[in-house]
Formats: sequence, C-alpha cells, structure tokens
Amino acid sequence: MSNYVFLVPLFPLIGFLINGLFRKWIPKPVSAVVGTATILTSFIVSILIFIQVRAEGFQPVTVTLFQFIQAGNLKIPFSLLVDQLSVLFLLIITGVGLIIHFYSTAYMKEEDAPNYAKYFCYLNLFIFFMLLLVLGANFVILFIGWEGVGLCSYLLIGYWFKNLEFGNAAKKAFIMNRIGDLGFLIAIFAMVGQFGSVSFAEVFQQAPSATTGFMTALTLLLFLGATGKSAQIPLYTWLPDAMAGPTPVSALIHAATMVTAGVYMIARSHVLFNLAPVSQSVIAITGLATIILAATIATKQNDIKKVLAYSTVSQLGYMFLGLGVGVYTEAIFHVLTHAFFKALLFLGAGSVIHAMGGEQDIRKMGGLKKSLPITHITFLMGCVTIAGIPPFSGFFSKDEILTAAFASNPVYYIIGLGGSMLTAFYIFRVYAMTFQGKFRGTEDQKHHLHESPPAMTISLVILALMSMFAGVVGLPDVFAKNSNRLANYLAPVFEGSEHSAHINHLSTGTEWILLLVSTFIAVWMVIYALRRFTKKPDLDEPVGLGKWMADKWYVDEIYEAVIIKPLKALADFFNTVIEKRVIDGLVNGTGRLVQYSSRQLRYLQSGQVGAYVLLMVISMVILFAVQLFLRK
Amino acid sequence: MPINYYIFLSVALFCIGVAGVLTRRNAIIIFMCIELMLNAVNLLLIAFSKMHHAAAVLTDPHAGINGQIFVFFIMVVAAAEVSVGLAIIAMMYRNTHSVDINFLNRLKH
Repeated sequence: MSNYVFLVPLFPLIGFLINGLFRKWIPKPVSAVVGTATILTSFIVSILIFIQVRAEGFQPVTVTLFQFIQAGNLKIPFSLLVDQLSVLFLLIITGVGLIIHFYSTAYMKEEDAPNYAKYFCYLNLFIFFMLLLVLGANFVILFIGWEGVGLCSYLLIGYWFKNLEFGNAAKKAFIMNRIGDLGFLIAIFAMVGQFGSVSFAEVFQQAPSATTGFMTALTLLLFLGATGKSAQIPLYTWLPDAMAGPTPVSALIHAATMVTAGVYMIARSHVLFNLAPVSQSVIAITGLATIILAATIATKQNDIKKVLAYSTVSQLGYMFLGLGVGVYTEAIFHVLTHAFFKALLFLGAGSVIHAMGGEQDIRKMGGLKKSLPITHITFLMGCVTIAGIPPFSGFFSKDEILTAAFASNPVYYIIGLGGSMLTAFYIFRVYAMTFQGKFRGTEDQKHHLHESPPAMTISLVILALMSMFAGVVGLPDVFAKNSNRLANYLAPVFEGSEHSAHINHLSTGTEWILLLVSTFIAVWMVIYALRRFTKKPDLDEPVGLGKWMADKWYVDEIYEAVIIKPLKALADFFNTVIEKRVIDGLVNGTGRLVQYSSRQLRYLQSGQVGAYVLLMVISMVILFAVQLFLRK
Repeated sequence: MPINYYIFLSVALFCIGVAGVLTRRNAIIIFMCIELMLNAVNLLLIAFSKMHHAAAVLTDPHAGINGQIFVFFIMVVAAAEVSVGLAIIAMMYRNTHSVDINFLNRLKH
C-alpha cells in the first residue's frame, strides 16, 4: 500500500481540478460531494497505509515518481517518503480536513454556486499541497508544498476579496510568510552548497561532518522559515489578521494543519537541530516568548475568532518549546491534540457566528447555552481540553512538554506554566461571555438564534470526542509503564535524538508534583474566570496594562513605524529621485540629444547640388590628405 | 618626354573640371566639366601605361596594356553617361525652361 502513497495527494488534486474547471456549471451539492468525497478517499488510503506502517518491522519507503531537477551532480527526484511521522500527519490532515470539509458544506450554504465551488476548489488544493508538504522526501518537495499552502492560505483569507480589509489581511499573511520563506530557501541553497543534496536521508547522514557554526546558521534559517509559517515571534502578526477568511478555513489552515508545518519541518530535520544547541535554545526561548505574548493579548480580545487566533499562536509556542528542549514526540503529540481541540473551538465559534448572523464580538453574545445546546457542550469540551484539565488530551500533551521543559531548565517550566494559567483564563473568559449570563445582542438576533444544521453539529461532536480522548495515545510513563503509544510509534523516526532521556532523570515523585501543580493551577483559573465573567462580563473599555494587551502590545504599530514607514520612505525616494530624475533623465536626455543634433545636422541637407559637391570634394581632399600624411 | 609633364597636365585638367563643377550652375557646363575630369584620368592612365609597357612585356608578353584597355572602357561608359545625362537635361529644360541646377532643389522638400 505504501507504494500507492501518491494516491493520497492525487484525489484532492482531482477534486481541485473538477471544482476549479467546472465551477460555473456544477450545482452546489455536486461540488460539495466532490470536495468532501476526494478527501474521504484520501483518508481511507491514509488509514490503509497507517495500518501497514504500524506493523512490526516496518521500514520507511521512498517512492520516486520522476526526476524533478537534474543539473550536473545535483539530482532532485520528485519522491515521497512514507514513514511513521509523515503517515501520522497524513491522518491528521485528511481526518481533520474531512471533518472540516463536511462542516463547510453547511457553513458556506449561503454562497452562490460558483463561489461555493471555488471555496471547495481552494480547500482541496490546500489539502493537496499540505499532503505534498508532509510527504516530500527532500527539502525541495517540502518547499513546494510549503509555498502551495501559503498560496491557498492567501486565496482563502481573501475569499471575500470584495472587502478591502480582508484582501489586505490576505496580502499581509502572504508577505509575512515570504520573509520566512526566504530564510527557508537560503537554507536549502546552503544545503546544496554544503552537502550537494537536498534529500532528507543524505543531508542527515552528512550533517555531522559540517561545522557547528554552519549547522547553527542553517538551522536558524530553517527556523526563520518556521516562524513565518507557524506564526512565531517575530512573524506572528499575520495569523490574527488571517481570521478574515471563512471560519472553517481558520479551523483547517490557521489552527489544525498549515501552521503546524513549521513544527513538522523542524521535527523532520531534528538531526540537524540536535547538532546546533544554540538554535535549540533560540527556538525554546522564542516559543516561550510567543506563549506569553500571545496569551496576554488573548485575555483582552473581544472578537471570538481573534481570541482563538492568539490562542493558536500561543499553543504553537508550546510546540516550539517542546522542539527547543528536544522532545520531538511530545511536540508532535501537541500538534495532534491541538489539531482536534483548536479545530473544535474554531468550528464551535463558527457555529456561534452562524447563529448570531455574522456577529463575532463576544460582548454582544452571552447566554447562548439555551439556544445552542450541542454547540455549547462541544465548545465547553474544547475549552476544558485546551485549559489542561485532566483527563482530556490537552492536559497530557501540554504537560509532557512542560515536564520536559522542567527537566531542561526550571525557568522554562515556570514561564510555560504562566502561559497555561493564562490559557485557562482567556478560554473560559470567552466561554463565560459567550454561553453564560444574559443575552446582550439585539432583539432581531435573539429571534434568529438557532442550533446549527446537522452537518455542523455532527462535525462538532466528532471533534469533541476526538479532543477528549486523543490523550490516551500519549499517556505519560508515570501512569503506566510503556503507556505512551505515540512515543513507541514515533520512536523509529526520532531514535538517536533521545533528549527525552532527560525526563527519565526526573523521579516519579517530581513528575507527579508537576502534574498536580499544573492541574491545580488550571482548575483554579477556570473557576476564577467562570465566576468573574458569568456575572459581570468584561464590557468596559480596558485601561492601563489591559489596554496595552487589548491593543496587542502595539506590535503592529511598532512594525509600522520601524519597518513599513522607512521602507515606504525609501520607496518614495527611489520613485521621486532615482526613477523620475536619474533614470527618466537619462532616457529622455538621450532622446533629446538625438533630436537636437539631428535638427542641427538637417541644415546640411540644403538641396543645393553645388553644396553637396563642395562637401564631397572637401571630404575627398581630407581623405586624400589622411591617406598621404597619416598612413605610413 | 618625362612623365612629370603628363601628370601636371592631368592634375591641371582635373582641377579645372572640379572647379567648374563647383562654381558653375549651368547643367551642361557641369556636364562638360565632369567629362574633363574623366579625360584627365584617361590621359594619366595612358601615360602610365606607356611608361611601364616596355618593362612589363619582358616578363609577360600579354601584360602592359591593361591601362589602355581601361581607357576604352571609360570612354564607352562616359559616352553612355552623356547620352543619359543629356536626355535628363533635355527633359529638365522641357519642364522648367531652365538648366540651372540651383533651381532644382525640390528634392529637399
């Protein structure tokens, strides 16, 4: 089955072509079925491959489809790699993707037929590129997928492109990603220069022979690429703006899959990162800074999707913290659980927005638990999971990262714990203000309130179950020996980089204490937030520190002042001085010179035959003189 | 007779021809001056040919008369040129009732 892995990305590509080419003619139900069925087929193929990969003694398979680039000694085949890590991502992408496609069939109902087909066409294209990204057996194929998902992200953020602000948000996402992509691209060139190859196997094999300085530079460049795609400091500002897209898009692309591409890339190249301890520290510290920055901003946002967006940035920070301290399995575990609970929260938010008729401001919601019972219960499940309450999956994945951080450096642990405190606080602030208390919207909205159609609620229920129970695949060792099935499954990929050996140095007692501390803190914050915001919602304009948080620490303004303004001034200078004066002056000057000189020369052509003859004779005499006196 | 005399005569004829072409406006006189220049060249060719003939035939019995043959060519071409040129002048006179070349600067416009 592994040899047929190309089928997995092929089906979404077919769906993309059908919906893209015939979008003007096919009716809405057909495009919905085409869009969803292709993902379902991919999902089934992925499961079949997974069954094979899970079996004992499975060896990674590289499927080469054709020679992609051949230049001298450099050969880049178009090949796909099937191993434990890539197949796990296949399952996440096609599984969550399937649910979100299904959800979208109902959520996008109000779009007219061509736009509806366009939506599914972009979504299928996204799945295709995302699958290519995780399946690529070398950095170039990975990069193709990487760029492709960036493109689809741009197209889907700007799906309602008639709204200028949404279009600008799409451009912002694209441009911020380009900065990171440049780093990634330079890293690929550096690999070609140093190792003469871009395939994972060859690069990882040759990496130990390179100097530490080179490896540090290479991994930092790769990390720069990851900060762009995975929305870490300093390139995270595009993700909150990306909420301009339809909500299922935010769930699929900007929570569950695309933004974890950076985590995947670093986990995939863990061999390189293990050789560069400096880069690992940089990753851990960037992750921590992002956790705190994004979580503080999230506590003061009033747009339900913005809170979830900053929450995503902050949760991605945890994954990077895990990568930075070298526990790749745990980072991937968090990717898995985050894909479920954040997709659930976004889809729940989508259901709320759907019921509220497009309203996203939580100050105008409240008391929705009566009218939206299923959404309420599933959203609550998502909140409990992300807040880190045992025994739900978010607790295990986050806690394993924090435990590893403690083993690596207790300061990391304390900051990370602060982040999880904020997480519990902001998510229950949203929950309380949305579902508890009294309804604060208009009368019209109150009459309009209704539970979402079955396609949406079924998706929510599936995701809620997944996010509650996904934790069982990665139970920490303190509960039962060898209970971490995910770690066992991924062990062949990460073997040789057993930094998780650190954890084993912690005594069981310490681990239990850490678990209890974080449980206690999470429960305390949940109760505090619930009691505070149920009775008295956070409606006042924030002041003092709160205002700084609500205004996102003015990061956008700082970027505006430090980067955009000088860049625009420079562009202005080039436009007015270099372009208008120098270049235009040169071009126009040449033209004017020719015109002037020809005007002067025109007088020679008088029409007088005598004058012509005279000139002829004079020139002949001159030529004669030259011939006679100047030549030897 | 030394060759110098021939050269001086040819140069004098040629210069008279050039001066005539430059200074005169009557098309027929200009034509005659051009003939004068051609014949100055002819004269020079014949003079040089005669001078070198004696030496040239010693090595090659067929050599040494090329210059004189050229003169015949020039005369034939000149005759053809005159016939065409005079025809043009005749047509010119019919159209403008003048053979003044300064009158014929219409090409300019």
